[in-house]
Amino acid sequence: MSEVDELLGERRAVISGVGQSDIGRRLYRDPLELTVDACLAAIAAAGLTTEDIDGISTYPGGLDNPAGFSGAGVTDVQEALRLNLSWYAGGLELPSQLGAVINAILAVSAGLARHVVCFRTVYEGSAQGTKGRAAVMPGGDNQSGGFRASGFMEWLLPFSAPSAAMWIAMFATRHFHEFGTTREQLAQIALNARRNAAVNPKAIYRDPMSMEDYLSARMISSPLCLFDCDVPCDGGTAMIVSRRDCAPDLRKAPIQVEAVGTAFHGRPGWDAYYDLTTMACQDAGTHLWNRTDLTPSDVQLAEMYDGFSFITMCWLEAMQFCGRGESGPFVEGGTRIARDGELPLNTNGGQLSSGRLHGFGFLHEACTQLWGEAGDRQVPGNPEIGVACAGGGPLAGALLLTRGS
Amino acid sequence: MTTTTGEVPFRILPRVTDRNAHFWQGGRDGELRFQRCRHCGYYLHPPAVICPKCWSKDIGIEAVSGRAEVLTYSINYQPWMPGLEPPFVLAIVRCVEQDDLRLTTNIVHCEPDAVRVDMPVTVIFEPHVEDEVWIPLFEPAP
Repeated sequence: MSEVDELLGERRAVISGVGQSDIGRRLYRDPLELTVDACLAAIAAAGLTTEDIDGISTYPGGLDNPAGFSGAGVTDVQEALRLNLSWYAGGLELPSQLGAVINAILAVSAGLARHVVCFRTVYEGSAQGTKGRAAVMPGGDNQSGGFRASGFMEWLLPFSAPSAAMWIAMFATRHFHEFGTTREQLAQIALNARRNAAVNPKAIYRDPMSMEDYLSARMISSPLCLFDCDVPCDGGTAMIVSRRDCAPDLRKAPIQVEAVGTAFHGRPGWDAYYDLTTMACQDAGTHLWNRTDLTPSDVQLAEMYDGFSFITMCWLEAMQFCGRGESGPFVEGGTRIARDGELPLNTNGGQLSSGRLHGFGFLHEACTQLWGEAGDRQVPGNPEIGVACAGGGPLAGALLLTRGS
Repeated sequence: MTTTTGEVPFRILPRVTDRNAHFWQGGRDGELRFQRCRHCGYYLHPPAVICPKCWSKDIGIEAVSGRAEVLTYSINYQPWMPGLEPPFVLAIVRCVEQDDLRLTTNIVHCEPDAVRVDMPVTVIFEPHVEDEVWIPLFEPAP
């Protein structure tokens, strides 16, 4: 590993603490409060104080629309915690939601900051309230006809396609068509998530789910049914990215960033990727494995985006845990991806059952597991190597993590 | 000119600009129009300002045949917001003129369950005349 080690900047970064606010289907709390709760929890977990924090990184940055999508931006947290910053960034044109964490990794690796607080807060549950899904969709609050679609939505909204469920469903259809993937196979992503949520006290849906429950759920956008879609929620997630040489100042041995994957070689339109059975994750996965001497078979747990179950199938293939088109047989029966299986997957219940924390939840869980702090849902065998992956469609970012020594 | 018949559903319409008007208003003349590089013949969609194949800025507007095939689709059952009455079909189609000339659209005038990957389809236009937008939809090829 030595030669690559010298060359690759991301190995100068570690994750020194993670934190989370209360999580709920609808909390009706100020999202800035959820944000500072998460940030302060992460800072404390790292054994640091606000005076040590000299960087902020967030996704998607402060935004008013869509409702509930962004609980706070950089300046909100800078002001609330009175941070003196050497570096900061907030935005959404990134390699997934976790692109904000990768930004922080690059910043500390470049010496621009020592300890960066990274956060993502959603309040889509409260924002939706009792008004239905349209309340949190682009243009959904303006049915009078005045709203006009622009940007990438120009090519989707006029076709009554406001939801990513519909866009992702079309990738699933093509995968089913080319590889013979079945709903029963796809179901394993949702059933596995629910089994893990049962032992996660912060998960939103913890009641058991059977294959019969799954197959009889109402169809949303074929082949995706209700249980293939994540659950909007309220909550903030944060982590501290620190320079590796700060380790002596930290409360516990940090999680080492071994490699990141950020590549995207295809066209960015939701309907434009050259292969409609996969997504940008394919490029990010290849990129990541080209930046490390570790291999997919070294990985002991995988926390991979499940905004819709099919995205996780794509990530399984993209991260080379199985071959292209083989994610269906790989998850068949569910034993391989169970907490005591060959590749424990989405061990906190994922976004499908524990709430749509939008990407950051996967990294929070990967770190929690690697620290051995996951309680009843702890993966057995003292795992030391894990991956956290986020994003679907044209968004993809991946991190390979090891428990630091 | 081929258009849909019957009541025109509510749709969120695109913001029409100088760059995209050919696409959203070609249906007024029954034509599916795209930018095309006059130098190398490559079709550009979504509209751009330079040909990514030969870097020519000599870009014209041309109508295509309107024939396409379904690359993939989904039958949507969820009433997300006012608009098409579920179930309806969302699809990505590939125009026969060029391998990567694709658009997202609705497949109409057939039972949703009858839509298949690789199915040949033909463009029709849903007129939103007052707003000067003609939405390109596709129906099974005759």
